[in-house]
Amino acid sequence: MNLIIFAGIMGVVMMFGGLLMKQKHQATLLATVLVLLLLAGNTWEMLHGPIFSIQAPHMLATSRFGLLINEILLAAGLLYLLVSGRDIEKVGNYVAEYYALIFFIFAGIGISTAYTNLLMLFLGIEIISIPLYILTGADKRNLKSIEAALKYFLMGSFSTGIMLMGIALIYGGTGSFLLEKFSLQGAPISYNLVAGLLLILVAMAFKVSAAPFHFWTPDVYDGAPTVFTSFMATIVKVAGFIAFIRLFEGASGIIAGKWQWVIAIIISLTLLIGNITAVFQQSVKRMLAYSSIAQAGFMMFALFSMNNWGREGIVLYAAAYCLATIGIFAVLTKMDDYTYQGFNGFARREPMLAVALAVMVLSLAGIPLTVGFFSKYYMVASAVAAGFGGKFLWLLVLAMLCAAVSVYYYFRVIQAMYFKEAEQPQSALPVSAGFRYLVAGAALVVVLLGILPQWLLQFLYF
Amino acid sequence: MPITYYIFLAVIIFCIGVTGVLTRRNSIIVFMCIELMLNAVNLLLVAFSKLHHQRMLVLDAANVTAGTESQLFVFFIMVVAAAEVSVGLAIIVMMYRAVHSVDINFLNRLKN
Repeated sequence: MNLIIFAGIMGVVMMFGGLLMKQKHQATLLATVLVLLLLAGNTWEMLHGPIFSIQAPHMLATSRFGLLINEILLAAGLLYLLVSGRDIEKVGNYVAEYYALIFFIFAGIGISTAYTNLLMLFLGIEIISIPLYILTGADKRNLKSIEAALKYFLMGSFSTGIMLMGIALIYGGTGSFLLEKFSLQGAPISYNLVAGLLLILVAMAFKVSAAPFHFWTPDVYDGAPTVFTSFMATIVKVAGFIAFIRLFEGASGIIAGKWQWVIAIIISLTLLIGNITAVFQQSVKRMLAYSSIAQAGFMMFALFSMNNWGREGIVLYAAAYCLATIGIFAVLTKMDDYTYQGFNGFARREPMLAVALAVMVLSLAGIPLTVGFFSKYYMVASAVAAGFGGKFLWLLVLAMLCAAVSVYYYFRVIQAMYFKEAEQPQSALPVSAGFRYLVAGAALVVVLLGILPQWLLQFLYF
Repeated sequence: MPITYYIFLAVIIFCIGVTGVLTRRNSIIVFMCIELMLNAVNLLLVAFSKLHHQRMLVLDAANVTAGTESQLFVFFIMVVAAAEVSVGLAIIVMMYRAVHSVDINFLNRLKN
């Protein structure tokens, strides 16, 4: 829980730092150090207990699961700043302010992984969303960025309104904002409660871009500056999922049965739309936007089955998805040409980065020996373990088929890198050696976690 | 006046807001409709607060604070809505400077 306070303070520190620092790379350096501090603080809290304890009964409660997710997201944030810091500096003049907003988003993430009250859910989601509207429109000279910001803002606040209506109706039905109040077994189920839960489901599905509420995702991800798309599509999306799971963890008891059908329909639509549309994309950036919808479909399995396999699966998924997508976006930001043709002959241009990129793409597709395989495996196994193997067999088969479809568009990147030649020979990317080693290190972690997923999962229990 | 009237009023205002967001094309008006939705929720929360207050008083006369948490919620909604307004109007102004229009359709034309 200390993450919330520290991240808030560091956001303010960053803003004042912006006044004092004249060079842009100083801001990046300061932000990296501060994220490292946050990571150390969170590790300390996970291993030894909080640095100072905050009493927030009925509002926030730390859990092992939430702390581990914070840890993964902060580590992903550190990797993100290290590999993409140079590109954040290129977006505009207000670099320190961008970092300040990123810290505020981390404070929101701290809230949404620890809330026990619908008020805190609302605040957490809003603290994440509002800075993102600004970051989406950060590139003020680019019309596409402005368009994306406006679209994201209007759609985002519309979904906030729907979520608030859901919260109000739940309050009307139960007389309380506490999560445990609507998980009481045998409590009377009122129409207010069911309508409220459905409205919140719609709003949260919107925030994590699950179909049929995904329509904003491709435009916003495509229009936003690529560095911020990377942040939005990974860290923020996983945080949204954790908020989603925490919300329905307690509620799954009272609405079992019919509930599974709603989630199953959302999963199947998300998988189908995400994967099939991604096949037809020509731009790698847009393909990644659709692939993030498709991956959201797999992450929804944790909501669908609501058991321990699902929790372990979402932890692995958070790590797999963040590492791979941040790595791919980091390389993509350095390219001039975002289409598949831009990757032609990449293996000859950048042999080391090409290998790292190939590993990450394989992980996203879920090929064994990468962590992506185990994350998908745990997700499907969670549904089987929850006893849905019979009634929802079609859903599992569909998930497998969609994973097979996804191999096609992921492998197009590898094909372009290794088996196609560029029309004119291109020089190496303008990146430092450190960048190459970092991306390669991230790929190495992807492989290591793919061999030893238990190493990460043990932190859930000890 | 019965509290149900307030509840129906709030639901009707919310529906007007949703319809406005889905049909209007001027981004300022869409934005106003979103605010309408938020304020309908505020009204609904206050009505529910009164409802639960009365209900709990019958059960336990000493429990005078029952139902106050949703009135607190209203303040949080107002604060967040204010933050959203500041960001949203800035984005709309930014768009107006770029294309001299606040029409949402104009942006969709740019995409193709």
